[in-house]
Amino acid sequence: MDFANFLIQLLNSVQYGLLLFMLAAGLTLIFGIMGVVNLAHGSFYMLGAYVAWSLSSMTGSFTLAIVGGALLSVVFGLALERLLFRHFYDRDHLDHVLLTFGLIYIFEETRSILWGDDVHGVKIPELLAASVPLTENLSYPVYRLFISGVCVALALGLYLLISKTRLGMKIRAGAFNRPMTEALGVNIKRIYTVVFAMGVALATIAGMVASPISSVYPNMGSQVLIMCFVVVVIGGIGSVRGALIAALLVGLVDTFGKVLLPQMAGMLVYMLMAAVLLWKPEGLFKQ
Amino acid sequence: MSSVKSNLEALPWGLQIVLAVGLLVLVVFPFIGTDFYAQMVARMMILGIFAMSLDLLLGVTGLVSLGHAVFFGLAGYVLAFVTPAGEPVSLWWTLPVAVIASGLAALVIGFFVVRTHGIYFIMVTMAFAQMVFFLFFDNKILGGSDGLYVNFKPDAHLFDLENKVVFYYFTLALLVAVYLFLRRLLWSPFGRVLAGIRVNEHRMRAMGFRTFGYKLAAFGLAGALAGLAGYLWGAQTGFINPELMGFQMSAHAMMMVILGGMGNFAGAILGAFAFEYLLLWFKDLPAIGAVDLGKHWQLWMGLFIVLVVTFAPRGLLGLAERLSRRRGHVDE
Repeated sequence: MDFANFLIQLLNSVQYGLLLFMLAAGLTLIFGIMGVVNLAHGSFYMLGAYVAWSLSSMTGSFTLAIVGGALLSVVFGLALERLLFRHFYDRDHLDHVLLTFGLIYIFEETRSILWGDDVHGVKIPELLAASVPLTENLSYPVYRLFISGVCVALALGLYLLISKTRLGMKIRAGAFNRPMTEALGVNIKRIYTVVFAMGVALATIAGMVASPISSVYPNMGSQVLIMCFVVVVIGGIGSVRGALIAALLVGLVDTFGKVLLPQMAGMLVYMLMAAVLLWKPEGLFKQ
Repeated sequence: MSSVKSNLEALPWGLQIVLAVGLLVLVVFPFIGTDFYAQMVARMMILGIFAMSLDLLLGVTGLVSLGHAVFFGLAGYVLAFVTPAGEPVSLWWTLPVAVIASGLAALVIGFFVVRTHGIYFIMVTMAFAQMVFFLFFDNKILGGSDGLYVNFKPDAHLFDLENKVVFYYFTLALLVAVYLFLRRLLWSPFGRVLAGIRVNEHRMRAMGFRTFGYKLAAFGLAGALAGLAGYLWGAQTGFINPELMGFQMSAHAMMMVILGGMGNFAGAILGAFAFEYLLLWFKDLPAIGAVDLGKHWQLWMGLFIVLVVTFAPRGLLGLAERLSRRRGHVDE
């Protein structure tokens, strides 16, 4: 593998890792703060991709589709928390698993009714359709760099929100000790609603920005969900920093595995997970 | 004692009568139903065995496994591999081999997953199951995405499993045997330790039990019993594909256990029958005008699951118990 090829694979793995991070961060936040296991998290990714496809073909503008879709996802997340998830915080994991499995069926079938079962492609916006030349015949698409950029910006925003703002302080306090935080006069229910909507929005935006390169197809959520689980297990649940490092690690192993060991590629990530489990059953960055 | 109650480990006599009547109905069913329905009920009984094997983990030991279908599918694949294209194989060595293969696979996966707790256990079982799923899905030698055919039912020498009624009674006998075995196990010292782990693992460890070994043994045994069900499934349908190992199948099994009421095995059987019946019912819904209701069975099943989890999280047995208690059996 020469240097240019290596660079392309490296950029691909970072882009994939960052995308996984957006999903895993939402999953790990929702679990770390509210204690809810959400199997339907992959469905938000899938719905995001479909919304991006349908809005961009309706309005003709990918930017409009992303902005509109992001707003929709926040509303959707707020409603879902208010109507359903709020009543499940005190239940055990088993109930969460079943509830969110039921939701997967509902979301998949609703998607099938609204948009059908076909595979769709989303056009890359013209502004980002160019490629950066690396050598005479190798180049790197700008759009993939754009995805990485969006993910980094959102990750940075998330970091600043949680560690530097007043809202973030309340979120951390609520995760640390709920009754005490409530006793100090913080409306913890509202915090939970916000965190949930944030997690949904992260997953949906990930689905939207990924749609032009991954195309849009039924059940695209379940595969991504499993990868998120692997990331969260490796990183340690509840830890956003752990999710970032684990996501990049999984991105690297998966991308380079496909190039160097194609016959084992599907298994490598799981072997990585098994190794981490033997070494640190609670993940690398258990809080 | 509240946890013992909440899982209905000791079945009230009213329920035992219902179970006896249910068994009687199953025994006479082939004489009243057609072959088609006998086959359907046999499939429900196979799923009953599968659900009971999961109940050992879910309801008794408190391990929420989301990858249990792997061991179900694996034994089916073993049957498909050992059955040649032109003739049947003997039941008497293939059944143990398939069951042991599933049990061993469960021990290997269990070695990794049993050391995790709570949510980790859920995610890790699901991830490992997906790994095995893709191993079979991606490899042409293992049947690939299309799966494999089992051309002949296993040859039992003493009786003819190709006969649908014989197969029905064979399955019924195994269902009853597995139920009695697990009920006995539940009240054995081993079963008491598993129940103790569910209630409070730290305390069990403090009392000197090596809980890792007990949990691993339960995981292996549950895998082997799921294998028994998977073998029967492969033999009955003559076909095995990766979907049988998939995450949906695992979640369905979980739903069966919850729907019936977990921790006592009777609920798992009840739940398997109810869930499978409902699934067929949803898929058979008629078309109203341009809308084919049956085609959208996932929507109805999804809504049903959400409703059950929201309003009856302890299943049918839990509901029955609550009703009977309201009628005056106040003993707490």
